[in-house]
Amino acid sequence: MESVELEVLRLLEENARMKDEEIAEVLAIPVDRVREIIKKFKDDGVILKYKTIVDWEKVQEDFVYALINVKVSLTREKGYDDIAKRIAKFSEVHAVRLVSGEYDFQVVVKGKSLKDIAFFVAEKISTIPEVRDTFTHFVLRTYKEEGVNLFEEEEDRRLAFVP
Amino acid sequence: MKKKKTGGLPLSRRVARRVEELKPSGIRRFFDLVVGRDDVISLGVGEPDFPVPWRIREEMIYSLEKGYTSYTSNIGLPELREGIAEYYTRFGVTAMPEQIIVTAGVSEGVDLAIRTLIEPGDAALIPEPCYVSYKPLVEICGGEAITIPTVPDFKLNYDMLMEYKEANAKILVLNYPANPTGVSYSKKELEEIADAVNELDLIVLSDEIYAELTYTGRHVSLAALNGMEDKVVVFNGFSKAFSMTGLRVGYVIAPPDIFAGMLKIHQYCMLCAPITGQIGAIEALKSLDEVDRMRAEYMRRRNFVVKRLSEIFEIKKPEGAFYAFPKISSTGMSSEEFAEGLLMKKNVAVVPGNAFGECGEGYIRLAYAVKFDKLKEAMDRIKEFVEEYGKS
Repeated sequence: MESVELEVLRLLEENARMKDEEIAEVLAIPVDRVREIIKKFKDDGVILKYKTIVDWEKVQEDFVYALINVKVSLTREKGYDDIAKRIAKFSEVHAVRLVSGEYDFQVVVKGKSLKDIAFFVAEKISTIPEVRDTFTHFVLRTYKEEGVNLFEEEEDRRLAFVP
Repeated sequence: MKKKKTGGLPLSRRVARRVEELKPSGIRRFFDLVVGRDDVISLGVGEPDFPVPWRIREEMIYSLEKGYTSYTSNIGLPELREGIAEYYTRFGVTAMPEQIIVTAGVSEGVDLAIRTLIEPGDAALIPEPCYVSYKPLVEICGGEAITIPTVPDFKLNYDMLMEYKEANAKILVLNYPANPTGVSYSKKELEEIADAVNELDLIVLSDEIYAELTYTGRHVSLAALNGMEDKVVVFNGFSKAFSMTGLRVGYVIAPPDIFAGMLKIHQYCMLCAPITGQIGAIEALKSLDEVDRMRAEYMRRRNFVVKRLSEIFEIKKPEGAFYAFPKISSTGMSSEEFAEGLLMKKNVAVVPGNAFGECGEGYIRLAYAVKFDKLKEAMDRIKEFVEEYGKS
């Protein structure tokens, strides 16, 4: 069994709006203990932020996402961390990951239109001295986000009574 | 007009008497009550709410595409039986694949064992409250089902068993973690039971279908205890731990002589368990992480339900399965009145405790195999119901 601390994290990862009292009930621990655990995780930078997963397509809020694969050349002065931080600081950039394989970084960029993103990549990412190449893939549809299926779940087909 | 064929008997006599004498299931009536009602939260469902893990479903879909649609050997696919033998070591049992029959669910397995063991006049000890099938299956064989009431602790122990010495029973049916009460047994408690089993020279049918859903450490099988391997028939399956209820895959681990008898009946009445389910089951045994995830969620729900119910009722904390069995007699209602009232007034379905044996009167069974939000809502409605209609 997992430690109760990790269980708190798992519950919040699944549902950030779960109340302290509910967490206490499902883990069978006092609510003060729950608050103490959450506070410690916040102080230690383990819990970074509470967010909501939104299916933006449903509210016609037209954001465009693109996955940009970025190849870089490292120098004595500039390593991965330096380049990654430089990319990450743009507010348009949604995520930056160092990855293995053909290229070095996978950057997720959020913009208002395809043009918007294309220009951002051309003007802001490609121009970073260490960036050798970029490959832009626009996201056409998202089916699963953060472990949540963005399509209709199956209905419950069970009978109302089963002995 | 065509004449109805009755085999020379009046219509009322066509069905065999021993079948006619069986009592219909106590839950039947509630099916009719729930029909046409919207917004019902059902805590009456004795099966998991989780879907079958996708990797298991993928394997089954793929197997159909490849054309795996034939019968299998009577005892089941060799790879599955080897997998089960290895898997069962986690509950302390060292079994050979040759001792294992894959059945169409535990229900079939229990039927096979009872038919193999019970002759007219033989007695079976059945602790109650218990799952609904044991008693009728004994009676259909002409056996005598002797029920042992276990309220209020719902646990069998040495002394209780020894009180039935005179009964000269042949078998004991034990189910743990238990439906409907959620109680289970530690190794120490099982050792005590094993002593009585030895003294009374019983064969035990050990229904361990909820073994994976044990919240107090690892489940121990009665068959794992010294000297028990020859006296215990183990039943388990994939319905509860892997949510594979409708796929009908269970299995038995039986001593050689009982195995041989059961196999004879199995090959005549079932031939083999469905192949698609068996293929899914092979994959299931490779997907034990999925069980850990589901168990953790059931355990959280259990904690929540016990906490909420204990504010209203007397309740024993379940050690496994996904049932709570609170005592509702303080409301002044019978089990059936409570269950019916709760359904009609608050749209929450539960099963009256007396469906699981007479001594279950005064209790209800709630299955917490529903999503947390619904469970919360159901607990609120139960509280309202008791406040509005219960005796204060």
